[in-house]
Amino acid sequence: MKRTTASLLAVLLLAGACDSSGGGSSSSDVPGVTDTEITVGTHMPLTGPAAAGYSKIAPATKAYFDFVNAAGGINGRKITYKVKDDGYNPATTQQVVRELVLQDKVFAILNGLGTPTHSGVLDFLKTNKVPDLFVASGSRSWNQPDKYPGTFGFNPDYTVEGKILGTHVKDTYTGKKICFLGQDDDFGKDSLAGIEKVVGAVAAKQTYVTSNPNVGPQMGALKAAACEVVVLATVPGFTALSIGTAAKIGFKPQFVVSNVGSDPATVGKALGQAAPLLEGVVSANYLPLNTDDSSPWIQLFKKVNDQYNAGAEFDNNIVYGMSVGYLFVQSLQAAGKDLTRDGIIAAVQKNGFQGPGLVPLRFSDKDHSGYGGQQLTKVEGGKAVFIGQAYTTDDGDGAVQPYTGQAVTPPQNGIPTA
Amino acid sequence: MDRFVYLTFDGLSRGAVYAAFALALVLIWRAARIVNFAQGAMAVAAVYVAYSVTDATGSYWLGFVAAIVFGLLLGVAVEKTVMRFVDHSSPLNGVVVALGLVLIVQGVLGILFGNEYRPIETPFRRDAFEVGGIALLSRYDVFVFAAVGAVVVALTLLFTRTAVGLRMRAAAFAPDVSRLLGVPVGGMLTLGWALAAAVGSLAGMLVVPTELGLHPTAMDVVFVSAFTAAVVGGLDSPIGAVTGGLVVGLLLSYVSGYLGATVAPMAVLFLLVAVLLGRPGGLFSHSKARLA
Amino acid sequence: MTDLREKSVAPVVPEKVGRKRRIPPAVAILLGAALILILTYTLPPFRNYQLATVGAYFTVTAGLTVLTGLNGQLSLGHGALMATGAYTFALTQNRWLSMPLSVLAAIVVTTLAGVVIGLAAARLRGPYLAGLTLAVAVVVPSVTSTFDTTFNSDMGLSIALDPPPGTIPMERWQAWLCWAGALVTAFLLATLTRGRFGRDIRAVRDDETAARLAGVHVARTQVLAFVVSAACAGLAGALFAVLAQSVSPGAFPLTLSLFLVMAIVIGGLGRLVGALLGALLLVLLPALAQTAGERSGSQHLEGNLALVIFGVVLVVVMLAAPGGLASIRFTLRRK
Repeated sequence: MKRTTASLLAVLLLAGACDSSGGGSSSSDVPGVTDTEITVGTHMPLTGPAAAGYSKIAPATKAYFDFVNAAGGINGRKITYKVKDDGYNPATTQQVVRELVLQDKVFAILNGLGTPTHSGVLDFLKTNKVPDLFVASGSRSWNQPDKYPGTFGFNPDYTVEGKILGTHVKDTYTGKKICFLGQDDDFGKDSLAGIEKVVGAVAAKQTYVTSNPNVGPQMGALKAAACEVVVLATVPGFTALSIGTAAKIGFKPQFVVSNVGSDPATVGKALGQAAPLLEGVVSANYLPLNTDDSSPWIQLFKKVNDQYNAGAEFDNNIVYGMSVGYLFVQSLQAAGKDLTRDGIIAAVQKNGFQGPGLVPLRFSDKDHSGYGGQQLTKVEGGKAVFIGQAYTTDDGDGAVQPYTGQAVTPPQNGIPTA
Repeated sequence: MDRFVYLTFDGLSRGAVYAAFALALVLIWRAARIVNFAQGAMAVAAVYVAYSVTDATGSYWLGFVAAIVFGLLLGVAVEKTVMRFVDHSSPLNGVVVALGLVLIVQGVLGILFGNEYRPIETPFRRDAFEVGGIALLSRYDVFVFAAVGAVVVALTLLFTRTAVGLRMRAAAFAPDVSRLLGVPVGGMLTLGWALAAAVGSLAGMLVVPTELGLHPTAMDVVFVSAFTAAVVGGLDSPIGAVTGGLVVGLLLSYVSGYLGATVAPMAVLFLLVAVLLGRPGGLFSHSKARLA
Repeated sequence: MTDLREKSVAPVVPEKVGRKRRIPPAVAILLGAALILILTYTLPPFRNYQLATVGAYFTVTAGLTVLTGLNGQLSLGHGALMATGAYTFALTQNRWLSMPLSVLAAIVVTTLAGVVIGLAAARLRGPYLAGLTLAVAVVVPSVTSTFDTTFNSDMGLSIALDPPPGTIPMERWQAWLCWAGALVTAFLLATLTRGRFGRDIRAVRDDETAARLAGVHVARTQVLAFVVSAACAGLAGALFAVLAQSVSPGAFPLTLSLFLVMAIVIGGLGRLVGALLGALLLVLLPALAQTAGERSGSQHLEGNLALVIFGVVLVVVMLAAPGGLASIRFTLRRK
């Protein structure tokens, strides 16, 4: 009976093998690249608690690629974007990324989402020499050009953001008692490190874990410590929970929220009736805001969203997804007609990209971290608006400096040229 | 001291909803000797019904009633179409079927409503009364206590004072004898599922607004806490479920408040070990502890 | 669920039939090893990786089916035991860079954890045991965050591994390692459950009082069963660490523990063949469901449709074949 089972196993596996030999047959030597097609893949949470918000990113990127494909693609090649659901489980990420690389033979992994999930595949991608572009997380791990030469970040890292938020807090709320609530992982820790580099030790700090959706004890402690400014390094659900809980116990500090958890549409939705509590909340962003209809980038992305994304509700996740798509197309253009894996890495390191971002990308041969700064925002009338100007800094002891570069507008047809 | 009082009230209001949910688990356990792992997913489905009804009519209470009614019907449907046909020669089959149901319900809800968190309105304000500068209870917390209290009283009366309650207990404990005595055992089982699912839906309605919002997986964490609560109290005892719920709520609040949120799950584990080593059938078990 | 003791348990294979047809374990293992060797040379790299994953899952489901199927103790906490093995492996490996040593350490440490949990478990029944082990399953992220200087909280640890010897491709090497672990485990378990130990654990499952009267030390037998299955989980954890080249708490969520139980029940409780089929399903079913979801074409459905398909398959199999997949095949053959 062992033998029967064994042969059953063999049959099933072979059946599986035949089942999907389709993807990525290539005329050139470069995996995922033919004369007419470029195949790239990503891993995202499409189901489970972490899917909220994030599950809209990949469809938006895909919509931008469809827009580009409809105009003839890049150097005659159309972009195919394979999106795999990993449910934010690092073990599943291992599976799906191997499927993308070994079986679907993708050219690159683009915008893989999440620190714990993506950390686990860095070594695998390096061994297989797969470009690992624009990771969707603000961890500093993506910036290790010596160890992981093919990996590049996208988001400003949490320390950079912490320093910029800290500078605002220090200048605007001088002499007030500053406190901190953060997620108990690298997001919370790096963020706090950035803030404390600028404002010194905070008066009180609390942490939360996503598996315990009650921040009553933490907010109670911050209230008891008489905090006047509370900086939140929280994901959107916990931003809403923290602000709601504070209101519930009659605690009304000035909230300053990390970009990660600040989208007023998402947080406001989670707060429901209590959404007016968001009024005056300070945060920061490095991409155009979804509600800023005067921005030519937003006009472009809205158009693409209507035509190629079935008019999905236009929030900052969609702006994010399309900005990633735009940057990838820029990288492809820069890598030229003879597309190779080394070529695109060289092109990204060469940098010089100008796109929707408010500040420059930091890419160079010595630096693989993404955007280098942010601009502060404030919620007014239920919408976030930019205040002041953009700042840039680094994750070390460098100063927080105003960024004076000019914003650019998208090209007429919405597709970057070489 | 202020902090202690604050944490106590915070823990009690959390504990009350764990208690309600644990009650639902106890109900099914008593009726069918099954721990219903699909209870959380079924409750979430009911809350989505409430969400849709409230959205369409603008009335919280219509949605509330709709959720309870839907819960009843879902309980009947699950029992009549699936659970009835589960082979109970191995008790694990029921567990696996329930886990399969969880995946189906969460998948269907994801398809219908998407994976975004949706806010659930509360019928009463959630800002707390303050006494001497300490935030104690909100009107909503009072509503939660009242609702859970009403369910406990109603269930106690049902099981101890009515003929139906007696038949349900008989059908669960000695199905064959009950059948001989003319008790419609199958019907009692269906009734048990319906009641449990309705109580579960109520618990869902109470707890979802206090957490991250409505999401296909919104009750997963609550399920774990409530199951722990039911085990601490003893799965055969409604009073045990309520006590267990309050104890778990308080413990989570104190530990998060004094030691940090990350330590809380370990504290729950220690509580379970301590209780179960002393009383292997939970705090309120009547059956004698296992020898060995 | 779960009052494993109150009701007589699972239609385990009628032993006589089984024994008549059974090939000696050693032969079966050698045949299995030969088959794996052939497969690893014929399958493309990703299939090799999946094959390796099946082996790692089989290592833990084999142990779990002995505990749950043959001894009647339900554990919802085997994911946490695997995490114990995986973290021990990672810490040892990063320190001394010796795979045999790290695997051994993983097994030893997890076995010790198994002794502790097993001692508590032996006093508990059905849902109470389920509740305790469930609490064990959800404690993993809490431990890694609280002692984050050692375990690096949610980020986890990456693992330094030597490259495969010679020119063997990584995926083939992983498949060999995992199946070496799985087949050795299966061989030991098969041998163990045929002897006195196997008779004792079945006796305890079927009727504790009778077992005690027959001179079986009930509590010790139960603890021993837990320890054996914990050792398997420890080895499986180490194999998962090798596969992922990293460990993090997110890879050992409660759903993993629940899926392991699903796997052994769907496969056929109490039988190594069932554990093997269950392990196979854990790898193939989500992949196939996701493929089906993708074919549906709608972005909205993808992940969610896969969940529904997965759930429907579980329910249908359980209703149609209560003894698990292994039992279907058996009835067909006996016709």
